[in-house]
Amino acid sequence: MLKKLILAAPLATMLAVPNVQAADDTIRVGINLVLTTPASIIGKQMKAAFEVAHKHLGGKVAGKKLELIFEDNQFKPAIGKQKTEKLIKKDKVHFLTGYIFSHILGASAPVGLKAGKIVVSANAGHSLYAGKKCHKNFFNAAWENSQTPMAMGHLLNERGVKSLYVLAPNYAAGKQMVTGVERTFKGKIVAKALTPMSLRDWSADIAKIRAAKPDGVFVFYPGAWGPAFFTQYAQAGLNKTIPVYNVFSIDGANLPIFQKRNMTHLLGTMNTNFWAPDLDNPATKKFVPAFKKHYKGQVPAHYAAQAYDALNLIAAGIRAAKGDVSNIDAVRRGMEEADFDSVRGKIKFGKNHFPIQNFYARKVVNKDGQWQLSRVGDPVLKDHAPVNSGNCKL
Amino acid sequence: MNYTLLAEQFFNGFQLGIILFLVAAGLTLIFGIMDLVNLAHGTLYMFGAFFAATFVELTDSLVLGMILALPAMLIAGLVLELSVLRTLYERNHLDQVLATFGLIIFFNEFFLIAWGPEGTGINLPPYLSGIITLPGGITVPDYRVVIIISGLLVAVLLYLLVSKTRIGMLIRAGASNREMVGALGINIKLLFTLVFGLGAVLAGFAGMIITPITQAESGMGEGMLILAFVVIVIGGIGSIKGAFIAAILTGLIDTMGRSFIDVALLSFMDSVAAETAGPAISSMLIYILMAVILAIKPSGLFPPKGA
Repeated sequence: MLKKLILAAPLATMLAVPNVQAADDTIRVGINLVLTTPASIIGKQMKAAFEVAHKHLGGKVAGKKLELIFEDNQFKPAIGKQKTEKLIKKDKVHFLTGYIFSHILGASAPVGLKAGKIVVSANAGHSLYAGKKCHKNFFNAAWENSQTPMAMGHLLNERGVKSLYVLAPNYAAGKQMVTGVERTFKGKIVAKALTPMSLRDWSADIAKIRAAKPDGVFVFYPGAWGPAFFTQYAQAGLNKTIPVYNVFSIDGANLPIFQKRNMTHLLGTMNTNFWAPDLDNPATKKFVPAFKKHYKGQVPAHYAAQAYDALNLIAAGIRAAKGDVSNIDAVRRGMEEADFDSVRGKIKFGKNHFPIQNFYARKVVNKDGQWQLSRVGDPVLKDHAPVNSGNCKL
Repeated sequence: MNYTLLAEQFFNGFQLGIILFLVAAGLTLIFGIMDLVNLAHGTLYMFGAFFAATFVELTDSLVLGMILALPAMLIAGLVLELSVLRTLYERNHLDQVLATFGLIIFFNEFFLIAWGPEGTGINLPPYLSGIITLPGGITVPDYRVVIIISGLLVAVLLYLLVSKTRIGMLIRAGASNREMVGALGINIKLLFTLVFGLGAVLAGFAGMIITPITQAESGMGEGMLILAFVVIVIGGIGSIKGAFIAAILTGLIDTMGRSFIDVALLSFMDSVAAETAGPAISSMLIYILMAVILAIKPSGLFPPKGA
């Protein structure tokens, strides 16, 4: 008898405790980022930007409490997928966002979409999701991978570069970046090198660049790769003869490293991007100083700006559904309309849920003792949509 | 054929080989003599990088900073041996793998928290940041020459230590037959501690001299560890000579593969296929080399006598 009672006790408590998570006055957003490993110089800026956006929303949307739950994917696709599952099953999140690296998004997004969640990539611009694999519940608050290098291709043509040596790490985004520059660059691409992701010493590639004597070098080395590559390029003396044009390799996330190492030869280096901290629009003007105050005095990178937009995009969806996130169609329609102040000014989505936006040339400048990327002239690409948008059957 | 490029890539491969040798020398001694599988050997390489970067920043001198980092490495190695690894000698290899893998995770997080995700680095002083132009238009950065010379110097010192001194004799004896050395009344515990300290200094030295090129970041040791294991398997576990030859061979093959495979493939493939296959094949080359050598000589090129 006693035995039965003991066995029954935990069962009874299980029945007695009401399901707390069913209470629906809180809307939970799961944010999947790289918060450890050297790649976290990007993740930490994005986390800070989500927090700033949360603060600017007053922690509430449509009268409901908004809760952010951060998870670290350790820069590994398998862990990214696991954490996505954890956010869905344990935390019962209503939205999934974050996702910096395309190969991690590729492993994680299908899990979220299958569970019926709205997934917003705050950085990873995997080409497939703009075209064939577009999904009604998938949004991208950044860009498609090949767009930024396409803008760079135009810039290279304008600057009279006739031959180009192309370097990128060997993974999904690296290959798509290369495709982008190939698409618009009119000169000759003398060589393409897809280097291993673990590579930290470019001596072999630098020797090949010296032998090939191109007019310019195009690189995509985001995060902590950038400082290592540019250091070695300068050590080989090539920075004096062959200029390097980059996408996502010198940006707001790693500029403090370049400045700390006093790599002054990089001042004036050009890249292309959809955003710059000196864009003239209300959201950017509100976001940049708030971010600097929140995060070590750093000027936000475009990564941070995208994260800020990603949360505001989700908030726009919640507002449109009047806080009833179970009405996913209303949420989605609200997000498609995207009625909020974006860091792009006004944000407009294509039917594949990727932004249609401008891309600018930017250069590294020293402004008030702080290195940052400053917009140069008119947009290189205007109202640009991913070229494979047509493959999306939505 | 572009001979200038060939010569430059030979030089680059040789330099990679030197770094690999410094890491592999300690690993092969620790594995060969102490029968300890130390996955945390790459962590010691990372220690060297962060120590050197920190001391260089504090003293504002590349040479002084690196000289100070050497005894710091020795101390770190000895502390690690006395506190953790000593308890693992009696355990089986699986326990050793688990424990030293734990050390990797612990120290990667530790450096991430202490130095931040952006890591740190060393700026080369002006007298080392030039380039040397050799006859035939071969250009090499000054600092990479310094790496090669200092690495070769360490290799010579290590050779003298192992083949001409009493300690070296014990090390060689330990590699051949550990039990017999103990039975002859040699303090094997002390010998192990010294060998581990020596291995730590060698790996740390490699991390130090590479930092001005690659920068120091958390997790930098793992890629190096895998290559170092390939090197000691090729060279024969426990053999310094084997480690040297295998390291140079691995460095050359890896660099040459990355430089010329894609060109070679283009001669009989279309460019899209060559672009995909090139990086894949070149990153496999050293493992293919290892498999071939294991098939012909299962205990490596230069197994220690009696092992």
